Amino acid sequence: MHAFAELLDRLILTSSRNGKLDALKTYFAETPDPDRGYALAAVAGELSFPFAKPALLRNLAAARVDGQLLALSYDYVGDLAETVALVWPTRHGANRAPTLGEVVEGLKLAGKLDAPRLLENWLDALAATERWALLKLVTGGLRIGAGARLAKQALADWSHKPVADIEELWHGLSPPYLDLFAWLENKAPKPENRSLAPFRPVMLAHALEEADRAKLDPADFAVEWKWDGVRVQAVSDRGRCRLYTRTGEDVGHAFPDLLEALRFEGVLDGEMLVRGADGGVAPFNDLQQRLNRKKPDPKLIARFPAFIRAYDLLIDGAEDLRTQTYRQRRERLEAFVSRIATARIDLSPQIESADWPLLDDLRKSPSVAAEGLMLKRWDSPYLAGRPHGLWFKWKRDPHLVDCVLMYAQRGHGRRSSLYSDFTFGVWRGPEGEEELTPVGKAYFGFTDEELRLLDQYVREHTADRFGPVRAVKADQDEGLVLEIAFENLARSARHKSGLAMRFPRISRIRWDKAAREADTVETLEKLLT
Amino acid sequence: MRPADILCSKPAGLYCAPGDFYIDPMRPVDRALITHGHSDHARAGHGAVMATRETLAIMAERYGADFAAATQPTAYGETHTIGDARVRFAPAGHVLGSAQIVVEAGGVRMVVSGDYKRKRDPTCPLFEPVPCDVFISEATFALPVFRHPEPEAEIAKLLRSVAANPERTHLVGCYALGKAQRVIMLLREAGYAKPIYIHGAMEKLCALYESFGVRLGELLPATSPTKKDFAGEIVIAPPSAMADRWSRRFADPVDCFASGWMRIKQRAKQRGVELPLVISDHADWDELTSTVKEIAPGELWITHGRDDALARWAELEGFKARPLHLVGFEDEDD
Repeated sequence: MHAFAELLDRLILTSSRNGKLDALKTYFAETPDPDRGYALAAVAGELSFPFAKPALLRNLAAARVDGQLLALSYDYVGDLAETVALVWPTRHGANRAPTLGEVVEGLKLAGKLDAPRLLENWLDALAATERWALLKLVTGGLRIGAGARLAKQALADWSHKPVADIEELWHGLSPPYLDLFAWLENKAPKPENRSLAPFRPVMLAHALEEADRAKLDPADFAVEWKWDGVRVQAVSDRGRCRLYTRTGEDVGHAFPDLLEALRFEGVLDGEMLVRGADGGVAPFNDLQQRLNRKKPDPKLIARFPAFIRAYDLLIDGAEDLRTQTYRQRRERLEAFVSRIATARIDLSPQIESADWPLLDDLRKSPSVAAEGLMLKRWDSPYLAGRPHGLWFKWKRDPHLVDCVLMYAQRGHGRRSSLYSDFTFGVWRGPEGEEELTPVGKAYFGFTDEELRLLDQYVREHTADRFGPVRAVKADQDEGLVLEIAFENLARSARHKSGLAMRFPRISRIRWDKAAREADTVETLEKLLT
Repeated sequence: MRPADILCSKPAGLYCAPGDFYIDPMRPVDRALITHGHSDHARAGHGAVMATRETLAIMAERYGADFAAATQPTAYGETHTIGDARVRFAPAGHVLGSAQIVVEAGGVRMVVSGDYKRKRDPTCPLFEPVPCDVFISEATFALPVFRHPEPEAEIAKLLRSVAANPERTHLVGCYALGKAQRVIMLLREAGYAKPIYIHGAMEKLCALYESFGVRLGELLPATSPTKKDFAGEIVIAPPSAMADRWSRRFADPVDCFASGWMRIKQRAKQRGVELPLVISDHADWDELTSTVKEIAPGELWITHGRDDALARWAELEGFKARPLHLVGFEDEDD
C-alpha cells in the first residue's frame, strides 16, 4: 500500500506529463504482481467497489471522532476521503499493513456487512498518506490528473512495446493484468484479444505544407471533405457494439441512437456528426452538447440525432482489410454502406481530384460545412499512428480578428511564473460609448520570446488583480491588440458576448495597432456559422 | 478581580487594564508588549515596546532602529512590574525570541501564548508550560486533521528527492523569519554540509540569527552570477518569490513548501507544490490539546485560527472555554 500511496501522491502533485509518466514507469518496474496490475486498474478507472459509498466513510469516522469536529474538518478540507484519512486516530499495536492486492481482493470477496470492518482494520494499520490512498481507491474518482491513456503510454514507454498494441488488447484484459505484464516483460507471448468489439488504433494525417505540394501529384490522392465533427470508430462484433473516439475512449453511452443503428459485422472509420432542424449537418457546438452529457438526454437526442459519415472500412465481416490499399477499401466501403442501408450511416463523398490551384480554392471556401480537405493516397494501407506521406489534411484558413487583451492569468507547470493565459475582447456599443466585451481565451500561438514580452506587458499594464488573474489596462486609448485566429464561431449562452470561438489562438501581436481600431462584435457576428 | 478585568479584547488588540498596555496590538498604541517578531504580531509605530532582546533586534531589522519611541528588552524569566500588573516572558518555542507573556494581577495569573509549538526547534528554546488560571491559546492548526509529522522525517524526504533529481533545483518556500532558519538547521543536523542558497529577503534575518549564536553553516546568495542554474542545489526562498519571475533562473525547479498547511494535499496542489514538507512552527492538534491538558487552566481562551474546533474539544473534555475574537492575525504563510 505504501508504494501505491507514493504513486498517487506523485501523480497528484506532479503537473508535467513526463513527470507523471516517470512515476508510473518506476512504479511498474519496481512493484510486484498483482499489486502493479491493481494500481494500473485504479489509475485507468477499471475498479469499482459498490459498497464503498461516502456514507460508509462518514459512519466509520463518526465512530472514532466527534461529529462536530468531523464536520468542521470536512468543511475545511473539502474532500471526504482526505478528511477521514487525516482525522483517523491511530491505534498502537494494530495489524500488519495490507498490500494493495489484499485490499482489492479482500473487498471483492467481502459482503456488504464485512466491508466496513475490513476497512476499519486497514485504516488502523496504515499511515496518513496510505489511508488517503486506500480511501481514494475504494471510493473511486482518484482525481490525480492521470487516466487510462497515460497509464497505457507509461506501459509502452517502460516495456518498449507499441502503445497501439496495448490499446488494441486493452478491452479484452482484466485486473490484475498478469498476462499483459508477462508479455510486456517478454516472459510470455502476447495475450490473445478475447474481448468482443475491441478498439483498433486509428490512422492519422499530417498537415499539408506548401513544400509537400511541389513534390506530390494530386492524381495519386483520393480527395474528400474534412468534416467538422468527431472522428469515431464504430465497431460491431457478434452483437456487441461500441463507438470509440480516435484515442480509444468509448463514447457509446452518450449516443444510444447511433449504437442502435450499428447493425453490421465489422469496423467502420468515419466522422460522427449531428443533424440540425433542417436535416443538414449541425454546427460542431451542437454535437459538443451531446458529447458533454454523462447520461444521454432524450430531448437532446431528438433534437440533434447523430450519424456517421463513413470514410474507411477496417474490417468487413471477419475479414481484416487494413493491409489492402485505400482504393480497395473504398470499393468495399461503398458496397458495405449501401448494403446496411441506414440513414444513420452515409458515405463521405469523393471530390474529383484536380490540380493544386483548384483544390486550394475548394479548401479555402468549402461548399459544405467542412474544415477543409483530406487527401489520402490511393495506395495507402491502413496503418496505426501518423505515418509519413500517406494521408494529409489541408485545412481552410482560420478566421482572423483583432481583439484587445483584457485579462491575463498565470500558467501552470513550467509557465507558472508567466502570465500566459489571455482573455481578449472586442468593442461593443454605440459610437462614443464603446466597451470591451470578452469573446475568448487563448494560451498558445506565441513563441517563447513573445510570451516573455506579453508577460512583461501584463505586469507593466496591470489595472487590477483578482487572485491569480490580472486585469490589463484596456480602453480606446490604451490597450494591446492581439490578432486572434480561430476555426469557427457559434452562438453560446454560456459566454457573456453570446459567442464561442473554436480553437482560438494568438496569431500575431499587433504592437503597432491602436486599441480603438480593434474589431467589433458586429464583425464577429457576420462570421457565425 | 475577574480575568476579564485584567485582559480584554479592544479594537487595537488585547488590552491589560491594570498595567495599561497592549499585547501584540494591531494599531499604534502607547505601550505594547510583543510576543515575537512576525509582522502580524510585531508592528511599528508604538510608543514604548517591551520584548525579548531577540524580538527587538528582529523588529529593528525589519522596520528600522526607530520602529518605536522607546524599547525595553527583557529576558525569559525576568519579572517586571507595570502599573498594577506583574509580567514575565516565558519561551514559546515558535521562532527566535518568541515568548508567552505571563500577566498577574489581583491574584489571577493569565498566560498569553502568542504563537507556539511543542516540537524541538534548534533555533529557539522549548516551550515552557506555565500553570495559570487562564490560558489564552492560539489555534492556527486547531483541527484534528492537522498532525505534523516529525520534521526530521520531512527533511529526509527533501534530501531523498535532492539525491534522486541531481539535474533539478530544489526550491524550498519558507517564511523568511523562523521557518527558513529552522529548515537550514534541520538540514545541517541531517548532515547536509553543502552551501545552501538563499533569497535576498532572508540574508539579513539569517545574519541576525547567526549573531544570536545560531550557526547556519555556509549560506550563499541565490543570485550568484557565477552559478548558472543551481542544478542539484537547495535554494530557500519566501513563498511569494516561488511563483515569480525570480524563480525562472533555476533548472527545472522542484517546488517545495515547508508549512503545516501542506498536510492537506489539495492545498499543496492548488499552490503548485510538487514536494510538500509538513514542517510548522505552530502547535498541531495533538500539541494544542495536550498542552491544554498539561497546563489544566481554569479557563481556556482561544484566539486566531480555528477557534470553534478547539472550543468544541474543550467542551467535550470539560474545560471552560471561549473564543476571544481578535482581528488582524494572518495564517496563510506558515
